[in-house]
Amino acid sequence: MKRRSIFLNTSASLGFIFLYAPIISLIVYSFNESKLVTVWGGWSIKWYGELFKNDQIMDAAFLSLKIAFISATLAVVLGTMAGFALSRMGRFRGKLLFSGWVSAPLVMPEVITGLSLLLLFVALESAFGWPAGRGELTVIIAHTTFCLAYVAVIVQSRLVVLDDTLEEAAMDLGAKPSTLFFLVTLPLISPAIIAGWLLSFTLSLDDLVIASFVSGPGDSTLPMVIFSKVRLGVTPEVNALATLMIAIVAIGVVFAMLYMRKQNKMLAAAQE
Amino acid sequence: MSAPELKSTITGVANPVNTELPLWKQPDATPFVRIENITKKFDDFTAVDNVSLNIYKKELFCLLGGSGSGKSTLLRMLAGFENPTSGRIIIDGVDMQGIQPWNRPVNMMFQSYALFPHLSVADNVAFGLRRQGANKHDVKKRVAEMLDMVQLGHLGKRKPHQLSGGQRQRVALARSLVKRPKLLLLDEPLGALDKKLREETQFEIMNIQEDLGVTFVVVTHDQEEAMTLATRIGVMNQGLIVQTDEPHDVYEYPNSRFVAEFIGSVNMLEGFVTEDNVDSVRIDSKEAGCTLFVAHGISCAPQQRVHVALRPEKIKMTRIKPTQDENCMKGEIVEIAYMGSLSVFRIRLQSGKEIRVTQPNFARDMGERFTWNEQVFLSWDVDSSVVLTA
Repeated sequence: MKRRSIFLNTSASLGFIFLYAPIISLIVYSFNESKLVTVWGGWSIKWYGELFKNDQIMDAAFLSLKIAFISATLAVVLGTMAGFALSRMGRFRGKLLFSGWVSAPLVMPEVITGLSLLLLFVALESAFGWPAGRGELTVIIAHTTFCLAYVAVIVQSRLVVLDDTLEEAAMDLGAKPSTLFFLVTLPLISPAIIAGWLLSFTLSLDDLVIASFVSGPGDSTLPMVIFSKVRLGVTPEVNALATLMIAIVAIGVVFAMLYMRKQNKMLAAAQE
Repeated sequence: MSAPELKSTITGVANPVNTELPLWKQPDATPFVRIENITKKFDDFTAVDNVSLNIYKKELFCLLGGSGSGKSTLLRMLAGFENPTSGRIIIDGVDMQGIQPWNRPVNMMFQSYALFPHLSVADNVAFGLRRQGANKHDVKKRVAEMLDMVQLGHLGKRKPHQLSGGQRQRVALARSLVKRPKLLLLDEPLGALDKKLREETQFEIMNIQEDLGVTFVVVTHDQEEAMTLATRIGVMNQGLIVQTDEPHDVYEYPNSRFVAEFIGSVNMLEGFVTEDNVDSVRIDSKEAGCTLFVAHGISCAPQQRVHVALRPEKIKMTRIKPTQDENCMKGEIVEIAYMGSLSVFRIRLQSGKEIRVTQPNFARDMGERFTWNEQVFLSWDVDSSVVLTA
């Protein structure tokens, strides 16, 4: 095995420490017995018990998961369609505008996205009476909007590298465009779709700014609850909650990576 | 007598026993594929330029040409992936205008094989049959048959990425034949295989073609592949079909400098026609340093500048001056390449023109071998060379 230089080892270690030290300290402190977050009082899992008894946090967590699930799914459907239009329709009128529009939420400051969506919802309500008030539905719509952009970009980049001849081969063997899509294209871009879904799910779960703009008084998402709690002082419960979320996300990411790696290997081997 | 006429008389004499002519030589035979004045333009670029071509049943027709010659575009129009800008394609009596790829009686084997990476070998082969709505039992039986034919019966459960290049190629072949297409299109079928595998596969394709009686159209840039596989070759250049003939005729009787130079290697001698008879021509060539006598007539103007094509293997190389004065050049050996079965020599004539000569190595020890800087005489028979006006 090649010997790595001390410089590379050091910089890698420093990088990892920089990235993960805060997370590790958070995980360690979530097992802290003491009520004071910064004082170590021995190991305990009591704050996890407290967490599950806290209805406000649990409700917010379920609401967040629900919103994340629905908006990720909607974003995947719409984003895949947008990605297809961008990579497969060739040149069409307004393509540049459309691609700009699709990727705008990626670069738009969240405050502006949130504000503009809020204004839109208010205007819509006064004009058509829909959506009635703000809450779960408006958060879902808002999250779908910006997650869609990520999915579209991921799916589009996958479609670009996808070998066109695979689709031609399917047509040649008698598959009509609709059959072809479900039997060949969709399975082949599924890694991108799954990655898009996971990313959207995480983004939605994570979002504080946009949700603060478009959600109603009764429908606080988890980040909103955490944020408002932290403003009154960090409680060990929040540490426990954060640790659980990290665990869930880590498991999801690992599975997604393993799946993508397997798929990519297969594709690369078949296309070489 | 012109070159094509001569060719037909010679082939006629050569095969007096062959009473049954191939379909393309029977004047009243109905072509299986008729390509009529097909043109394909991409914006300003004309990929295929007013091509007309007849392909007959059970033929293995090769479209041969360099990259950008339009051969692949023509193939894709047969498959239905491209629509011709003008002209008609008729397959088995049916005009293909407006018929989508999935409804054509045509299957294609792609250069990249285009195997579905997410499906097993058996599912890949079954794909076409399932689209037809064949029942499960039939599909299974047909797939097994096809996989046995390409000797992959034991690998049906594998995924494409677990196969070698040669195995993938055979899966692709099985998949394209499973629906029993009337016409099979093959895009550079041997391009991605190594030399040994290519030879094996070449013969395998020819056997399958004979067994199944399917009409094949093969696109290739490899002249060797075309020569061994094809019943006829269509040589393409810049969107045009330059010559359509049997492999032997394309090689021995090229109709233009392009074809002569594209297929195999050739020496081109430039000269002026000095004597134009009905069945022979004399050409004065400064390059050759002698008079060239060719035993076939051409249609040309007096004193017209022409090229005489002479294949390297048709030249006799001697140390002693042959008795003939015509078709005899003198030069010096400047390069020798020993290639095992034959040796290739480069001889520089007095005019400075270099001539390529190949000599088979008959015996293991050739006695006194030709060496560098040796003075030699090059001569050939009157019917070994071809005059090209185009």
